Amino acid sequence: MEEREVVIIGGGPAGMAAAIAAHKAGARDVLIIEREERLGGILQQCVHNGFGLHVFKEELTGPEYALRYADEVAALPIEVRLNTFVVDLSPTRVLTCISAQDGLTQIHAEACVLAMGCRERPRGALPIAGSRPAGVYSAGTAQRLINLEGLMPGHKVVILGSGDIGLIMARRMVLQGAEVLAVAELLPYSSGLKRNIQQCLVDFGIPLLLSTTAVAIHGKERVESVTLAQVDEARRPIPGTEFDLACDTVLLSCGLIPEGELARAAGVELSGATQGALVDDALETSVPGVFAAGNVLHVHDLADHVSQEAAVAGASAARYAQGLLDAAASFEVIPGAGVRYTVPHTIALGRTTPALIRFRVTEPTGAAYLVATLDGHEVLRKRKVALTPGEMQELTLAPAKLEGAHAGSTLTISVEKA
Amino acid sequence: MTVHQLTCIQCPIGCELTVTIEAEGATPKVTGNSCARGLAYGIAEFTKPTRTVTGTLRVAGGTHPVVSVKTVPPVPKATVLQVAQALRGAVVTAPVAAGDMLIANVCDTGSDVIATTNVHKREGAQPQLPL
Repeated sequence: MEEREVVIIGGGPAGMAAAIAAHKAGARDVLIIEREERLGGILQQCVHNGFGLHVFKEELTGPEYALRYADEVAALPIEVRLNTFVVDLSPTRVLTCISAQDGLTQIHAEACVLAMGCRERPRGALPIAGSRPAGVYSAGTAQRLINLEGLMPGHKVVILGSGDIGLIMARRMVLQGAEVLAVAELLPYSSGLKRNIQQCLVDFGIPLLLSTTAVAIHGKERVESVTLAQVDEARRPIPGTEFDLACDTVLLSCGLIPEGELARAAGVELSGATQGALVDDALETSVPGVFAAGNVLHVHDLADHVSQEAAVAGASAARYAQGLLDAAASFEVIPGAGVRYTVPHTIALGRTTPALIRFRVTEPTGAAYLVATLDGHEVLRKRKVALTPGEMQELTLAPAKLEGAHAGSTLTISVEKA
Repeated sequence: MTVHQLTCIQCPIGCELTVTIEAEGATPKVTGNSCARGLAYGIAEFTKPTRTVTGTLRVAGGTHPVVSVKTVPPVPKATVLQVAQALRGAVVTAPVAAGDMLIANVCDTGSDVIATTNVHKREGAQPQLPL
C-alpha cells in the first residue's frame, strides 16, 4: 500500500489552504486528492466577485481566488492527484480511491484532512407536493450548468430559499437573459448576506417574499407553475393565501449540509447541529490523525474563512504526522442561550496562542452582546450592532482569558440582548 | 434635501448606510459606514453608481466550453444589462489565460472584459466557432 505523510481529501479552498499550511508546518510529503480535473472546487463555478477581501485584501472572483491558491500549490512540492475520487476512509486512515487512470488504489496516510465541502439540500428532502417535471434544480446545479458547462437551465424562474447561492443565481439568471419572478423564503428573514440581497435582488427589482413557501410544483414534462403560500409562525402554510406563478424553472436554495460520508465511514463523531465533525481546537476529529476544515466541518459564508480555518487543520495534520501534536487534556465549549453551535467543541488546556471560536446564532436580533463565560465567570463580551443566523460570528480568546480553565471546565458562548 | 437608506455591498458586513443629499449637485453625506470603502460607495451610488459585471464567455476549441470574466473597472450601473447581453453574444478562441483582455471598451463603457480563469486549448480541436 502507498504510504503518505499528509493526505488532503478535496482540492477546493479548504484543501488547497490545508495543503499549503501542512507544507509550511514541516510536512515533507503532502498529497491532495481531487475528483475534478482541476483544483478549485466550488470556486470554479462562483464566477461572481466578493472573494478575497480578508485573505488578499482585494476583491476577487471565485476563479481568481482559486487560482491564487492553485498557483501557490503548484509552486510548492505538493502532489495533486486529479480525477480521483475517495470512496472510503478507514479509522486507521486507509483511503480507498478510484480513478480512470489508476483504477482502485489504497493509500495509508499518517494524517488526513477532510476538505470535501458540502452538498445542497435536494428536493427530496423538502416537503413540496406535486409531480416530478423537468426544470427543478438546486441553485448550485444551475450555477454549474451556466458557469461551467455554458448551458441555460430555463427562462422563467422562481427561486425557493434565499441562501446566498439562491441570491447569486437570481442575478446570474437575469444577466443570462432569464426572468426571475420571485425569491420565496420560508423564514421571516433571509439567511443570505445583506449585500447579496441588495446587489442581487434590489438592484434588479426581484421581489423577496418572506414567510412564503412552495406548496406545489405543477407540470408533467416540464415545470409549468408553482403554487406559493404564506406561512404562519410555525412555518405552516396559511390556507387562502395560495397564489400561482407561471414559470418553467424552479431553483432550490434551501440549505447546505456538510458532506459527511467519509467522516461516517471513518467513525468520526458528528455534531447534530452542524452535521460536521466534532473537533478540538487543532481541528482534529474524534478519530486520531483525521482533521476537518471548511464546509465539511460547518457551512461557512465566506471562502476566506474557509481558507483560514483549513490552514489550521493543515498545520495540525503536519504536526500530528511528525508526532508533535500532543494529546493534551481539554475542556468543552458549549453553545449557550441564542447560539446554535460552536466550532471547535473542545479546547486544549495551556494554549499559548489565542483560541478562535466560530458559531452561529439561533435567531436575528438587534444590538446584542456575544458573551463567553468560563465556568460561570464572564471572560469576554463583544457588542454587535445586529445578529442574524446567516452571518457566522467569531470570538477570539487570548490565552490569559482561559488561564482558569482545567479539565472539566466549560466555556459557554451565548447571546445577550443589549 | 433627500435621505436614502441602502445596504453597502463593498464587503460581507453589509453596513446599513444613510445617505443625505442636501441639494442638487452637493456631495452626498454618508453615515452608518464603517470604512472608507463604504463612504466612497455611498457617495458613488448617488453620483456615479457602478457595478462589476461578472459572467462567462463562450470559448471555441477549449478544454472548457466557457471562460469566466469580469469588467475592469466596474461599468456604470445603468449599463449592466446591456453589458451582460454583450457577454452572452461573444465567443473567444482558446487558449485564454486569467488576466487576458477579451473585449475592449465593452458597450462603450470604457471598461474592458477580462478573463478570470485559464482555459487551455483542447487537443485536436478544430479552430472553428460554434453556431
